[in-house]
Amino acid sequence: MKHIISVLVENKFGTLNRVAAMFSARGFNLESISIGETEDPEFSRMTIVTRGDDQIVSQVLKQLNRLIDTIKVTDLTKQPHVERELLLMTLKLSKTTQHEIFELINVFKGKVVDIKQKSITIEVIGSPDKINTTIDIFRSYGIRELARSGAVAIHRGES
Amino acid sequence: MPASGQKLNGSEIFFECLRRENVEYIFGYPGGALLKVYETLYDVKDIKHILVRHEQGATHMAEGYARATGRPGVVLVTSGPGATNTVTGITNAYMDSSPMVVFTGQVPSTLIGNDAFQEADIVGITRPITKHNFLVKDVRELASTIRKAFYLATNGRPGPVLVDMPKDVLNATCTFEWPETVEIRGFKPTVKCHQNQVEKAAQKIAKAKKPLFYIGGGVISANASEELRELATQQNIPVTMTLQGLGAFPGDHPLSMGMLGMHGTFWANQAVNSCDLLIAVGARFDDRVTGKTDTFATQAYIIHNDIDPTNVDKNIKVDLPVVGDAKHFLQTLLEAMPKQHEDRTPWLAEIRKWQEQCPLAYTNEEDSLKTEYVIDEVSRQTSGDAVVTTDVGQHQMWTSQYYRFRKPRSIITSGGLGTMGYGLPAAIGAAFGVTDRPVVLFCGDGGFMMNVQELVTAVHYKVPVKIFLINNSFLGMVRQWQELFHQEKYSFTDLGDSNPDFVKVAEAFGCKALRAENPAEAKKAITEALAWNEGPVFVEFKVVKKDMVFPMVPAGGSISDMLLERLNPKTMV
Ligand SMILES: Cc1ncc(C[n+]2csc(CCOP(=O)(O)OP(=O)(O)O)c2C)c(N)n1
Ligand SMILES: [Mg+2]
Repeated sequence: MKHIISVLVENKFGTLNRVAAMFSARGFNLESISIGETEDPEFSRMTIVTRGDDQIVSQVLKQLNRLIDTIKVTDLTKQPHVERELLLMTLKLSKTTQHEIFELINVFKGKVVDIKQKSITIEVIGSPDKINTTIDIFRSYGIRELARSGAVAIHRGES
Repeated sequence: MPASGQKLNGSEIFFECLRRENVEYIFGYPGGALLKVYETLYDVKDIKHILVRHEQGATHMAEGYARATGRPGVVLVTSGPGATNTVTGITNAYMDSSPMVVFTGQVPSTLIGNDAFQEADIVGITRPITKHNFLVKDVRELASTIRKAFYLATNGRPGPVLVDMPKDVLNATCTFEWPETVEIRGFKPTVKCHQNQVEKAAQKIAKAKKPLFYIGGGVISANASEELRELATQQNIPVTMTLQGLGAFPGDHPLSMGMLGMHGTFWANQAVNSCDLLIAVGARFDDRVTGKTDTFATQAYIIHNDIDPTNVDKNIKVDLPVVGDAKHFLQTLLEAMPKQHEDRTPWLAEIRKWQEQCPLAYTNEEDSLKTEYVIDEVSRQTSGDAVVTTDVGQHQMWTSQYYRFRKPRSIITSGGLGTMGYGLPAAIGAAFGVTDRPVVLFCGDGGFMMNVQELVTAVHYKVPVKIFLINNSFLGMVRQWQELFHQEKYSFTDLGDSNPDFVKVAEAFGCKALRAENPAEAKKAITEALAWNEGPVFVEFKVVKKDMVFPMVPAGGSISDMLLERLNPKTMV
């Protein structure tokens, strides 16, 4: 099963390496990892997407906790949370397809960030599932290049 | 001792910090990146620096010292090759959870990343083999980093910590400030066990008809042997130990069952198979202990106490996890035990039957020598009170079987990593730490050559180690597997033609050396060696070539696959 894990870490060089190296050394699956500074510059927040059965995921959480530079490890999977990913994608553009492409951009609530005679670059934000669907749908129009940020996630606020 | 607040350079701060950590010995080797440190060291009198002959030797010495004393071992090496030479020793300490702090010199911070002379990214290299590591970028962070390094190495599950110190940091000056307290946000080990879990464990133990203690090195590092003895004898529960756990419970006590696992006793393994309650304390269900996990302790309710939560449910799913320090666990358990417990006499009788059915035994012949006899005899002559270090191989397993360890911190051996070359330096390190008990090394003819250079260190510092070389002219343990599982193809394991004259080697190093080729000579040589206290003494025991360690549970096998004797007795020479 897919798990999304939020990890508060020390904002120091080498921390990302420690986490990533732990995953590869122990043979854990690492689907995506993203990291950025938090409101306090001493800390960064990592969002990790991994897959595994309960026993494996429980080991992943414990091994993350065991690293000295991790401060708080939370499995968000079964808690209320918001999960988002950013997609940047350049598509081929032609007279015959441009109309459909623009319509689809609207459907996916995307934004045009660059446009040239023969290509268009768009930005889409959504859950990783939505990003997968977006890519699938646009595939037939010819994808030149794409980049995904990996998921970032956060607890839903208290009401 | 200069007070906090004085202006010092990095090298002076380094020694000030070691003083405050009560460091007695540094095992080290100088080099370019450490010139300033060795300049300062020239006038340091209260901390003793032991000059090794290879940095790997320094790491094993530090670990031997740590395991014998319970205090962290300290290593000091230069950048680049000095640092990379420590990798095996650090990994060894990591696998066996030994407290150790390794200080490496580094090229000046302005040159880091430039492929400078003797630059190695030792922080990157040792990340997966240290509990944690640091690169000190500013002299003002040196004292607090050293404080943290010792704190991390010795608290929670012990382990090695590395501190990389660039040359310019060691030269720079700042106001020395010793942090009285340590605060590491991401390191809060659970020391105290959860009371509810302990009470549940107490109820289970009282009601068990066939309980068994499975004790690991964690009990020794937590100094919890007394509590274990009290609980086991009060409850009449037999105790089996891992290789690192030997000595946690006296080996000559009727409730002691010796070691379990691959080369464990027949009765200990049968007991694991049949017990209705397994109480694992400070042990990690290593594959050399469990064999095939699906068939391990299938009848048992399993309680598992460990300081490291990652050890719980890692290899074996347990019924009652109790995270916390072994001493705290056993103490609170003693308090929580109900007055009454089940009668264990039938269970102990069942175990005794297995013991009679298949005891540990060897035959002794007048004109040939067996390793088992040598170890048995050393055990007798030292009354099981020596600090015993080993190298890796057959002699190591026989040591676990035939030396009757009576006290904790008595076996110092490479368990997790199985590092040949560990024994000699570890014995030397142990002998620096322990002076009121003899320190004995059992070493193979293969492994001895892997760190033979440290004999110089032993001779130079007059370290009274008893070096017992078990010369079977083979890489014996590999030969054993070749005989059993690889059609007796003794591929590159026969050292007979290439081994040196070991007595001459030892003598060339300036070491007193003896040789024994039969039991009578062996007995005499052991007595003589144990009485010799003017530095190291070396005895070569020329033992039979093709002896086998039994019982043996083949790797990945079940207890029922246990081999008790040779498949083809003709192979014996
Ligand atoms: C550094 C290292 N290299 C290789 C091995 C594999 N190995 C395990 S036991 C062994 C044989 C050891 O031979 P010896 O030192 O003579 O001891 P014996 O088994 O004969 O008692 C070998 C090669 C190892 N454990 N460590
Ligand atoms: Mg040998």
